[in-house]
Amino acid sequence: MARKLRKRDIEVVKTHLSSPWASFTAILIATFWTIPTVGLFVTSFRPSTGINSSGWWTVLTNPEFTFTNYTRVLFEGRGATPPLSQYFLNTFAIVIPSTIIPITIAIFAAYAIAWFDFKGRNFLFFTIFALQVIPLQMSLIPLLQLFSGGLHIGSFTVIPSFGITGTFIPIWLAHTMFGLPLAIFLLHNFIAQLPRELIEAARVDGADHFKLFRQIILPLSVPAIASFAIFQFLWTWNDLLVALTFGGGKREIAPLMVRLAEMTGTRGGDWELLTAGAFVSILVPVAVFFALQRYFVRGLLAGSVKG
Amino acid sequence: MIEIAARQSQLEQAVSKLTGLTLTILIFAALVAIAFTLAERTGERVQRFLKYVIFLAPALLFLFIGLVAPAFRTLYLSFRDARGEESVGLENYHWAFTQPEILDVLRNTGVWMIVAPIASTGFGLLIAVLTDRMRRPGLVKSLIFMPMAISFVGAGIIWKFVYQFEPNERAPEIGLLSQIAEWLGFVPTNWLLVNPLNTFLLIVVFVWIQTGFAMVVLSAAIKAIPDEILEASMLDGASGWKRFSRVTVPMIRGTIIVVLSTITIGALKVFDIIRTMTGGNFKTSVIANEMYNQSFRALNYGTGSALAIILFLGVLPLVAYNVVNLRRERSER
Repeated sequence: MARKLRKRDIEVVKTHLSSPWASFTAILIATFWTIPTVGLFVTSFRPSTGINSSGWWTVLTNPEFTFTNYTRVLFEGRGATPPLSQYFLNTFAIVIPSTIIPITIAIFAAYAIAWFDFKGRNFLFFTIFALQVIPLQMSLIPLLQLFSGGLHIGSFTVIPSFGITGTFIPIWLAHTMFGLPLAIFLLHNFIAQLPRELIEAARVDGADHFKLFRQIILPLSVPAIASFAIFQFLWTWNDLLVALTFGGGKREIAPLMVRLAEMTGTRGGDWELLTAGAFVSILVPVAVFFALQRYFVRGLLAGSVKG
Repeated sequence: MIEIAARQSQLEQAVSKLTGLTLTILIFAALVAIAFTLAERTGERVQRFLKYVIFLAPALLFLFIGLVAPAFRTLYLSFRDARGEESVGLENYHWAFTQPEILDVLRNTGVWMIVAPIASTGFGLLIAVLTDRMRRPGLVKSLIFMPMAISFVGAGIIWKFVYQFEPNERAPEIGLLSQIAEWLGFVPTNWLLVNPLNTFLLIVVFVWIQTGFAMVVLSAAIKAIPDEILEASMLDGASGWKRFSRVTVPMIRGTIIVVLSTITIGALKVFDIIRTMTGGNFKTSVIANEMYNQSFRALNYGTGSALAIILFLGVLPLVAYNVVNLRRERSER
């Protein structure tokens, strides 16, 4: 009770101290932070003639809106270039396996590192932690060579090429590999903190590691899994480098980001299409982000430095 | 007629992609399920060995093939020619440190490494402190945090529009920055062409995204400062600024360093922003962008790998620092 009262006292003092200036400055900064996004949003709904002949802030005095930009950018292709809706689909086709596969593999490994007794366990943990921060540029060339040509020592083929170039598979694999260190690290931190009694009791009851994992570890790890899933989802959705490198320049599998980057380069002046396209690409991650902000923040605070 | 055919083929493609996607996930799930079902039926002795195969081996295999082995191969390739066929000694590194364009790239990367983390962390700390004393900070925090969900590509487009410049003097400006400059009585210019201003304009985009990260982490650290300490400093009559500089900052020093180092690593590897906004032209390129150009445009694996190694060397001290830190944390636990 005493503790509670003191806490409230502090709150009172704090509010007393909270100068209106602090609030005002914070609100001002937040407004500045949001204006560029608002500009994009407003512009994407303006007719192209308006966009190019007046600033977006003039809509206040001269409102004129249309959905044409969206229907054009989403459904009208140009020559051999498919419309954005196709790239949207490709993004989904990349993101879903690239999130599910690394999480599954990582949670197995996290469990093993946290609860199996083996030599070199600590060394392995620190190696994985360090791998998180290694720039993925270190892997691009060798991985690309591996995916397109396989691995050969002399004339002996260790890994064949499988002919996967030009499919989604190299992108999935690359995202899995690059996502694993952070995934294992975050999930390990969580799983290692589960009470030892719980695990030991289950072992005494005769549950083997597989059963134990399935019936106890997995259900308990859902919050940590959610945390990392959001990271990996946002990371793969927003990725440009991996898709550009491992997509082999094929339009059929290129995701939204690759197309948008291409559009800014070649059609930098078509603001009505660029803004609508950019907004389409932003919508899903921002929605996911706001819906699951709690888990995302938890993941961030669990200490994450993505490589 | 052609249009209808195009639509049809698009639809067919979409269906085949979705089928492929579903199948992939089903196959993956089936593999996992089969492995588990079979493993649970084996005896204890087999399991003692099998548990490593199923739980640990896939991750280790992926990490080895995807990260460890490639790192060594990149090191090896960095001493070889464009096709990786013949050894060239240190020539690729010599090239990197003597070519004027690449020296620009290295200098830009240095600017990014210094300015971006300090600005992001500074803003993040400022906002964290301001909102800490607000009664309802939720909306303000969300607005500043939101860019974290936006891709670098999307952010690049948003800001390219802000920086848009209208060369025709009679036509009105449609870029916000140009318009503001005009309102303030300056003559707007094609901002992204002006060096070295353009590098800083690109850093703004990065800071805009990373400040949210800094704010959230620092804000949590500030909340974790025990009330007693704040209370004591208040009773001592410390002013707002004194409390901030003598109590708050020293108390969250560790977190500030973590945030700074995380953002530094991000700034070192920045690629998408450069690619979308300037394509690395007008002297704005950085190592990650040049590495991509050398490797996949110029198809020179030697110089590309050398740049990757230089990037790695830039990250290395931060990795080492983080590992030492984690060690200490773990031993304290």
